[in-house]
Amino acid sequence: MEPAIRVRDLRKTFRVAERDAGLGASVRSLVRRRYREVAAVAGVSFDVAPGEVVGFLGPNGAGKTTTLKMLSGLLHPTGGEVSVLGHVPARREKAYLGRITLVMGNRNQLQWDIPALDSFELNRAVYRIPEPEFRRARDELVELLEIGDLVRKPVRTLSLGERMKAEVAAALLHRPQVLFLDEPTIGLDIGAQKRLRGFVAEYTRRHGASVLLTSHYMADVQALCQRVVVIDKGQVLFDGGLRQLTARFSPHQTITVQLAEPGTDLSAFGAVVEAGEGRVSIQVPKAETSAVAGRLLAAHAVTDLTIEDPPIEDVIEQAFSAGRTA
Amino acid sequence: MSGLASVYRVVAGTAVQTQLQYRTTNYLFMLGMIAEPVVYLVVWQTVADAQGGSVQGITAGDFAAYYIVWTLVRNMNIVFTPYGWEGRIRQGELSGMLVRPVHPLHHDLAYFAGWKVVVVLLWLPIAAVLTLVFRPTFDVSPVEVLVFLVAIWGAYLIRSMLLWVLGMVTFWTTRVSALYELYFTAELLLSGRLLPLVLLPAWAATAADWLPFRYTFGYPIEVLAGDLTTAELWGGLAAQGAWVLAGTAMVAVVWRFGVRRYSAVGN
Repeated sequence: MEPAIRVRDLRKTFRVAERDAGLGASVRSLVRRRYREVAAVAGVSFDVAPGEVVGFLGPNGAGKTTTLKMLSGLLHPTGGEVSVLGHVPARREKAYLGRITLVMGNRNQLQWDIPALDSFELNRAVYRIPEPEFRRARDELVELLEIGDLVRKPVRTLSLGERMKAEVAAALLHRPQVLFLDEPTIGLDIGAQKRLRGFVAEYTRRHGASVLLTSHYMADVQALCQRVVVIDKGQVLFDGGLRQLTARFSPHQTITVQLAEPGTDLSAFGAVVEAGEGRVSIQVPKAETSAVAGRLLAAHAVTDLTIEDPPIEDVIEQAFSAGRTA
Repeated sequence: MSGLASVYRVVAGTAVQTQLQYRTTNYLFMLGMIAEPVVYLVVWQTVADAQGGSVQGITAGDFAAYYIVWTLVRNMNIVFTPYGWEGRIRQGELSGMLVRPVHPLHHDLAYFAGWKVVVVLLWLPIAAVLTLVFRPTFDVSPVEVLVFLVAIWGAYLIRSMLLWVLGMVTFWTTRVSALYELYFTAELLLSGRLLPLVLLPAWAATAADWLPFRYTFGYPIEVLAGDLTTAELWGGLAAQGAWVLAGTAMVAVVWRFGVRRYSAVGN
């Protein structure tokens, strides 16, 4: 199957002016400017299949937003190839722009002073959505996002979470087939994050849309993404499933036991990471987990035992560190 | 309704709704704007009185007519400014506009055109008060009214295009205030905003004929408050048409290079 998004050796280099601190350097820069080439994206390749939801992860400055901007046609690549739904994004053809959407969590697209319903109407005109289709899409989005009451209030009176839901609804009225979501849940409370996540999952399920999602909230990634692409310094560090990511970057698992006799020393079984009130957590190499658990059960009176992978945040952090030291 | 016409209708409607919410602000803004022509009017009426009733054939009543029509033309001339461009580019609003399948120029033209509906409504009582106080002399034919109704939109389009071109300089540098000031000064002197163009020295009046500014202020005002010949009436509209075309061409060229630059540098 033809991928919805196809990226090959994508590069973006910015030319930035720089100077030393101080008055002298400031005067010198008037006469002679010094520039430095900064490679924000340095040879990124990946595919996203139709209907696939992919997490695009990386620390600040890794090149995530620059890549999303190239994919949505806002930035011209310095090199490499990009194809989204068969279009070259940098050409910004109307036929292309009508099939995608870009939601940036920190940017506002709705008209501030009027109700969101009027902004929806504006999008109907901009995307030339036939009236019956528009009504169907609007009603569906309003229902899924539970914003029936909110869309009639001026946008400036909405809370951040309410506004973001209205923003997302506006961005999806034209039923885009590819969604670029850049930190869509930033600044939202846990409940709002959860509802928005549920909505994105439901939207992609119903409409078979592909999603490329950047987020610093791993809960977003875990809830939505079958696959993650991890980048740092403009290069791909990892591309695969969350489980594989954990297997590759975190060779340990955590065994937590509740002991009948508190105070027992378990350091012989693995590295103790937490202990107290008879509850002890030890970290062991993944390959030895079953054996260690068996020995523990045989040697001590254990009333409860759990085995867990490390939190995904730790795994990602581990991946970034590995990338930096590689 | 065709796609683009629908965009214009909806955006203009949005502008009317938004600006009606800010009617007090709009009124205060308009009252502040009225101060400018009233100062000019009082000065010129005083000079006319001191010179025995007229200045180069323009009577106090003619001056009153000129500056009262001025207030409407000035309101028609409110368009998206270069200062707005600075914010649009610095805060990344343009990115949102670029991922939509409609050129942002249409949004600005439609929005500010819609705003005019509110502005003209608010202007009517102000015009009535100015008329009662300054007693203008009007001698208007139906053709002049018709040409005026077209000319104020011609003025709107020319100024929109020129300030879009100027605003797009922001693609290259965000520190362009000095350039804007230069433009506004030239416009003040050569458009008929500060004084009727017939009062300019001959060389300046000739220069004004060849520049676009006159067609955004002086010409539409003179259509209603001046004494233009039929040839001047239609010639002015033709010149406006030419400047709209030239402005649109300039917008297209600068936009092309500007967006390329924006796409290279980003925000």
